[in-house]
Amino acid sequence: MELEKFSYDNRIPKLFAIATITWGVVGMLAGVIAAFQLAFPALNLGIEYTTFGRLRPVHTNAVIFAFVGNAIFTAVYYSLPRLLKTPMWNNTLSKIHFWGWQLIIVAAAITLLAGYTTSKEYAELEWPIDIAITVIWVIFGVNMMGTILTRRERHLYVAIWFYLASWVTVAMLHIVNSFELPYSALKSYSWFAGVQDALVQWWYGHNAVAFFLTTPFLGMMYYFLPKAANRPIYSYRLSIIHFWSLIFIYIWAGPHHLLYTALPEWAQALGTTLSLMLLLPSWGGMLNGLFTLRGAWDKVREDPVLKFIVVAVICYGMATFEGPMLSLKNVNAISHYSDWTVAHVHIGALGWNGFLTFGMLYWLLPRLFNTKLYSTKLATTHFLIGTLGIILYAVPMYWAAFRTYFMMSAFTPEGQLQYQFIDVVQSMVPFYALRGIGGTIYLIGVLLMVYNLIKTAKSGKFVAREEASAAPLTKTYTAPKKAHWHSLIERKPVMLLVLSFIAVAIGGLVEMVPTFLVKENVPTIASVKPYTPLELHGRDIYIKEGCNNCHTQMIRPFRYEVARYGDYSKAGEFVYDFPHLWGSKRTGPDLARIGGKYPDSWHFNHMLEPTSMAPGSVMPPYPWLFEKELNIGSTNSKIHAMRKLGVPYEKGYEAQAVADLKKQAQKISDNLAKEKIKIPSDREIVALIAYLQRLGTDIKASKISGK
Amino acid sequence: MKFINYLEKINGISIYPIISLVLFLTIFVVVVIYALRASDKTISEMENLPLDEN
Repeated sequence: MELEKFSYDNRIPKLFAIATITWGVVGMLAGVIAAFQLAFPALNLGIEYTTFGRLRPVHTNAVIFAFVGNAIFTAVYYSLPRLLKTPMWNNTLSKIHFWGWQLIIVAAAITLLAGYTTSKEYAELEWPIDIAITVIWVIFGVNMMGTILTRRERHLYVAIWFYLASWVTVAMLHIVNSFELPYSALKSYSWFAGVQDALVQWWYGHNAVAFFLTTPFLGMMYYFLPKAANRPIYSYRLSIIHFWSLIFIYIWAGPHHLLYTALPEWAQALGTTLSLMLLLPSWGGMLNGLFTLRGAWDKVREDPVLKFIVVAVICYGMATFEGPMLSLKNVNAISHYSDWTVAHVHIGALGWNGFLTFGMLYWLLPRLFNTKLYSTKLATTHFLIGTLGIILYAVPMYWAAFRTYFMMSAFTPEGQLQYQFIDVVQSMVPFYALRGIGGTIYLIGVLLMVYNLIKTAKSGKFVAREEASAAPLTKTYTAPKKAHWHSLIERKPVMLLVLSFIAVAIGGLVEMVPTFLVKENVPTIASVKPYTPLELHGRDIYIKEGCNNCHTQMIRPFRYEVARYGDYSKAGEFVYDFPHLWGSKRTGPDLARIGGKYPDSWHFNHMLEPTSMAPGSVMPPYPWLFEKELNIGSTNSKIHAMRKLGVPYEKGYEAQAVADLKKQAQKISDNLAKEKIKIPSDREIVALIAYLQRLGTDIKASKISGK
Repeated sequence: MKFINYLEKINGISIYPIISLVLFLTIFVVVVIYALRASDKTISEMENLPLDEN
């Protein structure tokens, strides 16, 4: 058969690689600053744009979608054409994808710092950006499918399955979780409330980890590890089993983020069981990676690329062992809301995602520039201090988590809580500082890499196109007689796409449909009423300032939580919470029943200077809330949007809402005046106080009606 | 427009986790059987794909 000539484009992978490195440094720097803010609150700088509540989402989004995202695209745009022996389908789409994604990242950073956030973790971006993400993601998918359909290699290598499954699942997750009703140019309310919102959010959150941080990286492992070691993967059979069982199980495991919450018991049990089973395919994948190096470990001693990949795969193994353990209810009781979760995700992010990306970059850059790595020694140093950074990050966090648990759950012989919350906070400060140092060391390693790679690029000449040739696919293909049905799937990418979609969609449906459709699962509480207009504004300020990054609103049914925060939370209390604000980390105390616990003046002083009310607090002050006037112009559209979502405000309540708001604000202002605090009733702080004083008070008023 | 709970009650909810388990196990067993039965020739062709570039 005649060979066709074509060329692989290296410009797009180069652009994505540069973006990976750039955003990696930015995202990690944001993380280091945020880490030190917890130890030294002065680093919040006293201005709204740099407080922890706004910086943390910038860090998580930058690392996940900018650093890891661009790394995935680098890998796909480099490996997909080579595995399929054809150039990428459409170069214009590739460019739109690249620039569109970078634009989204910039827009994300600006809006998050400005306080435009949905509050849903790893999905904080507001609706216009959500739409942009969808468009760019579809362009990426079209380009990928186009390439696959014009390929010259009949079989799809396992890495491509992982890319495809990741693409289709992320599309599904993003669209479902981003259902929101806009009420202004940049703000919206979640379509779902309370328990349902939490379930969708953590179905998304968990699978964002699975299908953005894990499966595309497994595709990278299956491509770059054999390349770097110059030998095929240990067992291709195992990779087939790895793929199908992993995507099939991952999708069910979301509810393990909501153990002991107001989520129905059966959903929690499902989450735990499937999370435990997840251990097997994950370790199958890890061993497949490590066994690839059997008999070649001497290469690992010399090659920094292999060092990074090996430690990345080991970290993958550690994190995927820890994950199922954390899904056991008794372990989760300790880990949830604590720094354990933070340590766990950083083993994944720093070890698995970071190191695999570094390995790929050290391998790829010299090839793109047709030269040798500038300094192997420097890369080895990067590897060593990077590893040290991970250890210094993780160990203090694990220690902190257990210390928190023991202090939180300690009772005196008289049956009183032994420690105040603030005691726990203060004992955490040294650990927060150590963690910041660990992160800094890791970042220094990355800077070494930046230097090394720039030097490498300068020492060579960029190869914009690589010429190649291959025979075209024959139109008529007859499978060998003994061919199996699965080889049919491998040849038919569309079928593979559809089958993986069915696999993940069934998981999502079984997990969510019952809680969604069945009224019984969210018992109503008659005394739970919608928020007043002022409280609604206050709630939006709570979201804007990112309070949910440190404060939970979900009391678990444990003696030490009930004694500390009040009666445990019930599903019916959150029916008007669009979105839910349960939170996932308790750096500060739970606020589910803060209403009425302190006088208005306490909240006033505390928001102005937290240490005046809680000496030793690491919360930053919020002085701008005392200067900014509340934007009451948006009241009507908020009420209108809420009614559309199902909150029972009376028809025509908009006409009365602003008057009600002013009345309630005046009452709080008068109340404060009695304690010699002068504040005009039109300030943002007044709305926030109204919201905080409302929290949890509905259920105090009366017993649960009905169920 | 708004989000409604369409059903008042659901009976036999415990069947849902069982469905998920059975579905998974079926897929798993089928995939394992396939992987073990695949011919060595196909497998070696597939696993060499990343290394077979020009």
